[in-house]
Amino acid sequence: MPKVSMTVNGKRVSADVEGRTLLVQFLREHQRLTGTHVGCDTSQCGACVVHVDGKAIKACTTLALSCEGANVITIEGVANGTELHPMQAAFRTHHGLQCGFCTPGMIMAAIDMVNRLGTDLSEETIRHELEGNICRCTGYHNIVKAIQAGAAAMGGMKVAAE
Amino acid sequence: MYAFDFHRPATLRQANSLVGKLGDAKILAGGQTLLPTMKQRLASPSAVIDLSGVPELAGIEQKGRNLVIGAMTSHAEVATSALVTAALPGLAALAGGIGDPHVRHKGTIGGSIANNDPAADYPAGLLALGATIVTNRRKMPAAEFFTGMFSTALDEGEIITKVIVPIGAKFAYAKFRNPASRYAMVGVAVGKKGSSVVVAVTGAGSDGVFRWTEAEAALGKRFNAKSLDGITNPAAKDLNSDIHASAEYRSHLIGVMARRAVTGATAK
Repeated sequence: MPKVSMTVNGKRVSADVEGRTLLVQFLREHQRLTGTHVGCDTSQCGACVVHVDGKAIKACTTLALSCEGANVITIEGVANGTELHPMQAAFRTHHGLQCGFCTPGMIMAAIDMVNRLGTDLSEETIRHELEGNICRCTGYHNIVKAIQAGAAAMGGMKVAAE
Repeated sequence: MYAFDFHRPATLRQANSLVGKLGDAKILAGGQTLLPTMKQRLASPSAVIDLSGVPELAGIEQKGRNLVIGAMTSHAEVATSALVTAALPGLAALAGGIGDPHVRHKGTIGGSIANNDPAADYPAGLLALGATIVTNRRKMPAAEFFTGMFSTALDEGEIITKVIVPIGAKFAYAKFRNPASRYAMVGVAVGKKGSSVVVAVTGAGSDGVFRWTEAEAALGKRFNAKSLDGITNPAAKDLNSDIHASAEYRSHLIGVMARRAVTGATAK
């Protein structure tokens, strides 16, 4: 079986996988990082969104072997120790979830949104950018509020760091 | 998914030799169509040759009066490229309207046109822009490349390496999206260079992307959405009918999208 190596949440990992092993299977079953979810398995729902080399992608529609040498960040890798990432904190504060199944993908998509478009996001932009992430509980209202607040908090975080 | 062999060449040369050696292999670009298709067993190649490790296939550059877009360039890269945005904003907008943000990070221009989905956006855009498709073996105009639903002029083992898009055209693409899949229910691309106008329709034709020649003739006389007022829309009998839209509705949408595209192409 071919071997794949990549960096996941800052840690070098490698495993023997099959050609058909999806990135999401590699993360969940080989690395036991079960925060990345499999919702639809057809690249519609976005529950499996992770960052590969700084870009949000759907891990159910990516082969693990295609990620040889890549830098992968999952939902488990965004907090700073026990301190939640500002986007995670915003989802908690604004209750941007009900069942929580879509939340890891939502948060990874939201952080990617901020990385691409900045920290001052309009409601319209957020709703448009969320078209690759489906939530079947909330009606999105609190998710949008959480992302707007989380984005602003990420802006504050950068200012504070400078 | 079923088991298959996986290859990830580092150069185009290696990719060439692999496609020659492996009879029943499929080329994997961004995988946003091929992988779902394989999961459903609508395609079942015994081997996959992933081009994501071939750096010479990616990137966008301007060469004279052309944009040269590497086959493995993602939709997100085309959508946000300063070169494309400046030279052909309509093409950047087309790429930015494909799928969703995560799909655009993976999906590629080469993969999209090799698949030639009858509801894909790039085939209409490249036809209207008079683009040239370059492969490991030859060059061909988009008009010869797209040959029908899910079919192209590509031979076995032929690999798209880049797409050459002439700049300087008035161009826009207007799309009525299926709200669930975000594919075009109807998409119309309009390109005008000199006195020549191309109107290319995707999402509607029963044999894939096609040109609406009556509209081209009318727009060639006067490039204004009003020029389409006396023209009959393409006949419903040649159009797709499915759960998303009837052929009659698609015929109507072609007229609406064509007007929007012309207006977009003439806007400053």
